[in-house]
Amino acid sequence: MTPPDGGSLDESGATANGSGELVDGGNPDGGNPDGGNPYGGNGVRPGRRHDAFGSGGTGDTSGFGRLVAPAPVLAASERPFGDSDADAVYDALERVFPQLGDAVERAVVDRGELTLHVRRESLPALAQTLRDDPGLRFELLSSLSGVDYPDDITGRRLHSVVHLTSMTYRRRLRLEVSVADADPTLPSLTSVWPTADWHEREAYDLFGIVYTGHPGLTRIMMPDDWIGHPQRKDYPLGGIPVDYKGATVPPPDERRSYS
Amino acid sequence: MTPSTSAPHTSTAQPTNGTAQPTDGSSAYEAGFTESAAGRVYTVTGGDWEEILGAGEQDAERIVVNMGPQHPSTHGVLRLVLEIEGETVTETRLVIGYLHTGIEKSCEYRTWTQAVTFLTRADYLSPLYNEAAYCLSVEKLLGITDDIPERATVIRVLVMELQRISSHLVWLATGGMELGATTAMIFGFREREKILDLLELITGLRMNHAFIRPGGLAQDLPDGTERAIREFLVDMPKRIREYHRLLTGQPIWKARMVDVNVLDAAGCIALGVTGPVLRAAGLPWDLRKTMPYCGYETYEFDVPTALEADSFARYLVRLEEMGESLKIVEQCLDRLRPGPVMVADKKIAWPAQLSIGADGMGNSLAHIRNIMGTSMEALIHHFKLVTEGFRVPPGQVYTQIESPRGELGYHVVSDGGTRPFRVHVRDPSFVNLQAVPALTEGGQVADVIVGVASVDPVLGGVDR
Repeated sequence: MTPPDGGSLDESGATANGSGELVDGGNPDGGNPDGGNPYGGNGVRPGRRHDAFGSGGTGDTSGFGRLVAPAPVLAASERPFGDSDADAVYDALERVFPQLGDAVERAVVDRGELTLHVRRESLPALAQTLRDDPGLRFELLSSLSGVDYPDDITGRRLHSVVHLTSMTYRRRLRLEVSVADADPTLPSLTSVWPTADWHEREAYDLFGIVYTGHPGLTRIMMPDDWIGHPQRKDYPLGGIPVDYKGATVPPPDERRSYS
Repeated sequence: MTPSTSAPHTSTAQPTNGTAQPTDGSSAYEAGFTESAAGRVYTVTGGDWEEILGAGEQDAERIVVNMGPQHPSTHGVLRLVLEIEGETVTETRLVIGYLHTGIEKSCEYRTWTQAVTFLTRADYLSPLYNEAAYCLSVEKLLGITDDIPERATVIRVLVMELQRISSHLVWLATGGMELGATTAMIFGFREREKILDLLELITGLRMNHAFIRPGGLAQDLPDGTERAIREFLVDMPKRIREYHRLLTGQPIWKARMVDVNVLDAAGCIALGVTGPVLRAAGLPWDLRKTMPYCGYETYEFDVPTALEADSFARYLVRLEEMGESLKIVEQCLDRLRPGPVMVADKKIAWPAQLSIGADGMGNSLAHIRNIMGTSMEALIHHFKLVTEGFRVPPGQVYTQIESPRGELGYHVVSDGGTRPFRVHVRDPSFVNLQAVPALTEGGQVADVIVGVASVDPVLGGVDR
């Protein structure tokens, strides 16, 4: 775990809600989707988390300082992971899925949970193997959720995170696929786990991730004619009008905060 | 019901839409219709069936019926779109989202502790499970899972199991009412009220307790709790036997449920269905046994299962589970030892010291006197922890626990800040509802009600 460190003053100073361009490199509209490991070896991903107390160096504790702390990311873990379940899953996968090196960008073991960062082209074949192989047997897709990382250095800000459960071996596994805002498509898992249906509709509705091959990718939480994807970090939030001299309570992302 | 007031006209004059015109032209409820690729589609808002469609209508067998979103047997604002031929349902489609309040998004703008207050309102029949699963996730992110005091964990298990009974009782009550068994409704709510009284005694609130907090509990058990729970433990087994006497052999109850809405274990797993529905299909998958948390591996209880995979089997499994929960509650009481209920780390532990004052629950006067009068540092610390909150090291975890409806999972992401970067609730009702088409298609309209009830969805959790 790398703590946030090395904060610097935000040069633009125009936004306080964390949206904006990347600090160095990376094309926010989808650069480097297939390149090598952009995370480097130190495990810290440069990012743009506006932060008051978490960034060092300036002593500004007001909450209005618009300081920027790098958003850390977990680096790839070394084999063997030192976690029996994670090693067992990865070993079994290596035996039966020869293209594993190409399919998995990074494997991270953190807090006893194995995360495979999977390239989207490889997802269907990998998913089928995970479900059907007798040494893996991930029968149950427990959960599928979107996460929006606006500062992802690869430019692929939308992450689709799948949690699998092997009821046979009582193990869990997390698959994470990231796509760019400009091309937010990845293959649907509904043909492998039918339960992915509503999960993927929810991720599409709230994050705008498009699952190709889904039988009916429509909005599920928001009304059909809704515009935008509300759980993205840059989705505009509303303030609250106050019945006194026309005042308003500002939207949550513009209020004073310490995060 | 809005009677059509448009002027009479023939459908040939306006081929795209219009009003069904009875031959005598006397109807007050004329059905509007539109022409579509699939044929003429009528929109019926009320009136007598024969008047609406006319005697000569030939394609009247295929009818689309909206059940909900305000239908009393949809467990909240769930909308079912049924395509029926006669009494047979040929297609079921579910429409959800009417109760979407953006709980997950709201959590991203509050501190880690404040998020509990939102999440407890997701599945409002099992709020303590939401709190527990979220707090276990945060504690795993913080790396303090092993530091949670024993007493706090035991009380968590205690209140969760009490709530499992109350949740199953609401299922029994509402499910019974939907089938016309109003006595089941009265019985279910009667006993649930006793559990709500216990939870009110313990947490101060009947629902949406915000009692379980990251690091432990909001407060310790008040005096007299153990006696009240023990009285309940004596009373409740008699009540469960009463339900069996009332319902288990009752011919109407069985006729409505036996061999209705069958879904086998393979179908359950493919559709992600967990909880009593899966166990009623024969698979003893209970996370308390298979992937234990909160020390469940040290409690003695059984996992009831059934093989029939129908609605009646789900009823029996839930009734048995109430008895098993009573066993766990009793073991919790035996294990209660004096001790702290919040983690010792003062950088995480909520600083309030609650007590009952003259004007109700609040910070204890001794605590106020200490921080206001004698310790400037304690005051600063209290202020910072409450307004700013604590930082959580970056990373993501997924924690799953066995709620009354199945696997309740929390995917929590931290970016190292004082607020959650992302909280996703894998709500069992949301996933289990996907099985309703498989349960109801090919059956009768009346069985749709049984099917939805046997899944036991709570729309607060479905829509979040």
